[in-house]
Amino acid sequence: MSGLPSPENFGYMHAMNRALHAEMAADEDVFLLGEDVGVGASGVTSGLLPRFGPERVLDTPLSEQAFTSFGTGAAMAGKKPVIEFQISSLIYLVFEQIVNQAHKFSLMTGGQVRIPVTYLVAGSGSRFGWAGQHSDNPYSLLAHAGVKTVVPGLAADAYGLLRAAIQDPDPVAVFAPSSLLGATDVSYAGEEDIVPLGQANVVREGGDLTVVAVGQHVGTAIEVAESLADRVDIEIVDPRTVYPFDWECLRKSVDKTGRLVVIDDSNRMCGLGAEIVATAAEEFDLVAPPRRVCRPDGTVIPYALALDKALVPGAGELTAAIDATLK
Amino acid sequence: MTSENRPALYRSMKLIREFEERCLAMAIAGEIDGGIHPYIGQEAVAVGICANLSERDFITSTHRGHGHVLAKGADPRRLLAELLGTLEGFNKGRGGSMHAADMKLGILGANGIVGAGGAIASGAAWAAKARGDSEVVVSFFGDGAMSQGVLLEAFNLAAIWSLPVLFVCENNRYATSLKLESGLAGGAARRAEGFGLVSRGVDGMDVEAVESAAAELLEGVRAGRGPAFLECETYRFFGHHSVLELLGVEFRDPDEVALWRTKDPIPLLGDQLGEDVVAGIDAAVKETIDEAVAFAKNAPSPDPKDALMYLYAGATAVRPGVIL
Ligand SMILES: Cc1ncc(C[n+]2csc(CCOP(=O)(O)OP(=O)(O)O)c2C)c(N)n1
Repeated sequence: MSGLPSPENFGYMHAMNRALHAEMAADEDVFLLGEDVGVGASGVTSGLLPRFGPERVLDTPLSEQAFTSFGTGAAMAGKKPVIEFQISSLIYLVFEQIVNQAHKFSLMTGGQVRIPVTYLVAGSGSRFGWAGQHSDNPYSLLAHAGVKTVVPGLAADAYGLLRAAIQDPDPVAVFAPSSLLGATDVSYAGEEDIVPLGQANVVREGGDLTVVAVGQHVGTAIEVAESLADRVDIEIVDPRTVYPFDWECLRKSVDKTGRLVVIDDSNRMCGLGAEIVATAAEEFDLVAPPRRVCRPDGTVIPYALALDKALVPGAGELTAAIDATLK
Repeated sequence: MTSENRPALYRSMKLIREFEERCLAMAIAGEIDGGIHPYIGQEAVAVGICANLSERDFITSTHRGHGHVLAKGADPRRLLAELLGTLEGFNKGRGGSMHAADMKLGILGANGIVGAGGAIASGAAWAAKARGDSEVVVSFFGDGAMSQGVLLEAFNLAAIWSLPVLFVCENNRYATSLKLESGLAGGAARRAEGFGLVSRGVDGMDVEAVESAAAELLEGVRAGRGPAFLECETYRFFGHHSVLELLGVEFRDPDEVALWRTKDPIPLLGDQLGEDVVAGIDAAVKETIDEAVAFAKNAPSPDPKDALMYLYAGATAVRPGVIL
């Protein structure tokens, strides 16, 4: 792929690509590194090499651990690296470099240094038929470790959050759900505002029940809310940033509705959904037990498409959880 | 190498030795929390290398980092204050022995993960080069680190991008208790050569030899000829860390330790300076360390309510855990 995505394809990938172009144009300390970023193999980095040159778009060898900490060192010396990972599971390979190094330097040095790196996972979650090692969604792990983590569910947010992530003085991970990369999105007109980290978005207003929807499930939740509109008035909260989480926005919503369902495409055990439900149970006034729709404990996505789809939550499971909460 | 440099090299080694002996005693006495990894015996490496660096050059260091940090010019008072977990420490008591860092002196941190510094060094070197600056980066690590994949990956990055990094392997023959021969196939320098790094070995107990080997390699690094590798054969006189020392865990033949002690780099250089010069430097160093101890012991402690201070740049609200 070369050049920008075509204008009639104004979708999520285009939004991320535009965000990279905008940040690299705005700040010459921003540079990009990763595997095959020059040709834009993921689609997200298209056109950057011809525009900004090989000094700012570095095609790396297949050395995730080294280039992740390379980013940390470059950041310590004044640069703002954006590191693209070809596969979401590569985050496991560089957990040490992100969580144990980049994330901890600011505190461990007593504030002497900040590490403004962006980790861009341009294709997270199931890719429908890519099996065990290419289908995970490890954002809960980074949130658990306290790394700033965003999962944009809409193209406009993908643009605005990626820009905010690059501008942020701390390490930030940006997970772009693979099922959205190819999607076009009417919410996105081509140039949007920066979306501050840590601010949730009420995607749809409603008075009966709050659905927290993460990533591609913002779309799932909108679809379900519309299909149930004649019997339940659903409010949809898209956290956008999963860490730090906008608890105030959610509190306001649940104060109004008294019911909560979370749909989150990470594993159940210690996943993001667990945290949201636990906090709601501890702190919010609920009229029914909160529920979560997520992958089973410790899911490994099998190859066969029917099995893959069976483990990833969707509209059916969300509808069932909503019904159970309304009973 | 001219003989005028000798008193400075001697002073720097002596400062590290005195600092470390005091620290080891304080750690064993429980005055320093956690443990420390004493650098005693290896001083010639840090001092010989850092004699070639300016304040603007960078280093990355290891779990055994006090020597590197001091040789790079860090204030021993603030290093000791850090080891005592006080606000006067470089890291305001948040880093301690294994994370001591002074960004103003280009000290990108001691590091508690073996082999972690090499890739950080490469990134810093790339950033300096990209800016058109002339800084170089020295990355220190032990022989144990040579088996960490990330370090070997970093050699590759530094070589293909021709980065201004000097990788310094302090081969002290042991990784904790693991003997060199049981942990490293093929030899350290040969591995580096495999990545195309200009590489050399040197007697790491001879500060002047280290100084001149580093000078030669750094000349090429500064001239833009790409990364280099220096293996320094050295030895630690004490055990792996203060806790093992305290437990009395020893795994080395006492004769071997005694033999290496005859190669102690400090008297080796001191003998060339004359007794008077040595006595003068020794007394001044002792005074400096006495002052550092007094300074550190009087430094204020951080407030527990600020335990997570500095984690994030802005006012990211961290929800309570222990402190409900
Ligand atoms: C990646 C990693 N593995 C294990 C440890 C525990 N550990 C700390 S120091 C050390 C030995 C390191 O040996 P070497 O690199 O030769 O340095 P030396 O201690 O001899 O200076 C080990 C195993 C660690 N800190 N990091």
